[in-house]
Amino acid sequence: MRNVLTICGKELRSYFTSPIAYLLMALFGLIFGYFFYSATAYFVLAGIRAQMGGQAQPMSINDYVIAPLMGNASVVCLFLLPLISMRLFAEEKRSGTIELLMTSPIRDWEIILGKWLGAMVMYLCVLAMSGVSVALLFAWGRPDWRPILTGYLGLILQGGTVLAIGTFISTTTKNQIIAGAATFSVCLLLWVLSWVSSYNDAPWAQAIAYCSILTHFEPFSKGIVDTKDLVFYISAIFLGLFVTQRSLESLRWRA
Amino acid sequence: MIKVEGLTKRYARNVAVKNISFEVGQGEIVGFLGKNGAGKTTTMRVLTCFLPPTSGTASVAGFDVLEQPLEVKKRIGYLPETPPLYPEMEVAEYLTFVAKLKGMPHGDIPRRVDEVMERCAVSGVRDSLLGKLSKGYRQRVGLAQAIIHNPPVLILDEPTSGLDPEQQREARQLIASLSGDHTIILSTHILSEVEQSCSKVIIINEGRIVAVDSVANLHNRRRGAEKVLVEVAGAAPQDIRKRLELVSGVARVVEHDGRPGTTAFEVEGLEGSAVRPDLARAIVQAGWNLTELRPVGESLEEIFIELTKSEQPKEPKEGELVAQ
Repeated sequence: MRNVLTICGKELRSYFTSPIAYLLMALFGLIFGYFFYSATAYFVLAGIRAQMGGQAQPMSINDYVIAPLMGNASVVCLFLLPLISMRLFAEEKRSGTIELLMTSPIRDWEIILGKWLGAMVMYLCVLAMSGVSVALLFAWGRPDWRPILTGYLGLILQGGTVLAIGTFISTTTKNQIIAGAATFSVCLLLWVLSWVSSYNDAPWAQAIAYCSILTHFEPFSKGIVDTKDLVFYISAIFLGLFVTQRSLESLRWRA
Repeated sequence: MIKVEGLTKRYARNVAVKNISFEVGQGEIVGFLGKNGAGKTTTMRVLTCFLPPTSGTASVAGFDVLEQPLEVKKRIGYLPETPPLYPEMEVAEYLTFVAKLKGMPHGDIPRRVDEVMERCAVSGVRDSLLGKLSKGYRQRVGLAQAIIHNPPVLILDEPTSGLDPEQQREARQLIASLSGDHTIILSTHILSEVEQSCSKVIIINEGRIVAVDSVANLHNRRRGAEKVLVEVAGAAPQDIRKRLELVSGVARVVEHDGRPGTTAFEVEGLEGSAVRPDLARAIVQAGWNLTELRPVGESLEEIFIELTKSEQPKEPKEGELVAQ
């Protein structure tokens, strides 16, 4: 475990000594802030219209603001996550520092877990930028905090999955750009897989749609924690890290 | 300390190392000598558990590289051809990171980092970014990370490449100073380096070992009879030649160009006879000035070229281990 933390700390330092960490945090903060503004503005407008129309039904800020906001955030993250994971192994392979890691008395899975954890913490820092907007909601409204919590849980699980896939792809190349682009393509593909089910009801279409990362996120954004979604994400993370381990091992054999 | 038996490493298209065997004892400094692409780096990578062997075995301190890689890695300090540095880290910070990776107890790390920086003369740049260091400093930090956990075995892949002559000298001194407690394998294609710092040489060519011997023996092996260069001033060449030929044990005298005012001869002695004292006495007794008297051996360079020129290894001599 000590080795995992050593690697994790080193990764975090790399992120925060380069502009990438600040760029990603600023980018996400900006985009999330814009979405938050739009959603609340629409909520206020809808609220006024409802009052003028004489409908006195209470409107839920969770349904109008938080659920769409979380949905948007999950899509934005699909774009940002490859930027976090692309350098993990590609950079070490290019600069030759992989030789230091692989000739040190630590196990391959410790290297992988450390790097993945480092990327996760980086991702959490990015997510934290949305905290300002959410805090504003609490300051001037009374939203239910539980769907917010599950929304973040969903974002973290989805992010973990993408990062695990990205970590694997990063082991396959020396080139960060290629690693980033490939991860991004895979993420995009995993996102649009769900569209299949919209025009086809066949079992195979359902099966394919089930593999989409975003379909499993939706329940979280609505405050539902379903075991099948948890299992999906956690097994996807395990699979990603396992394949990474095999890939790292094959580096030795293929040389 | 290090034992390699029948080691072969095959890449997708070519065989880098073919069935090599050698042993390195405790405390020895071994020079791994060969042209670029001879298989030096591959052998080192197998020893450091970076690459698995295709066949054969390698063990360090009794631990097999395939069976117990973690035990092997704990006991090895490795400096790859390009020092594995993270450009965004500072020197002290980097060494601390490596010390943790190597599993040193946390409490010992700060003291050890200071010690190693002192030893490798990088204390002055402890807060500099590795990416901003000059080549010489990078190499020194690379050496510092190799010795940080005080490993019994050091494997250094071309530790002096890319350094200027002054830095090379310093690096060699540093390596020599480590020799007491560590078993060292260093690869190089600089022959003088081997002559200066190594007790034993392994010459490798096209993936095969062509010679394993001590530096002194390598010098001797190509030199049956003693050859001496004599330079004399104050007499006519033919007189000197006559006098030299009279010295007992002299087989042949060949005249060379001397410096202005002197005459030089290459004197070959009979096998088994030491002619130098007699030569000196003869010249001095004749009343001439002896300006130079030195043995002419084949340099390691010539031996190296000779050995790596042909594919076929030389006939094995006593005290060496030659693999086909």
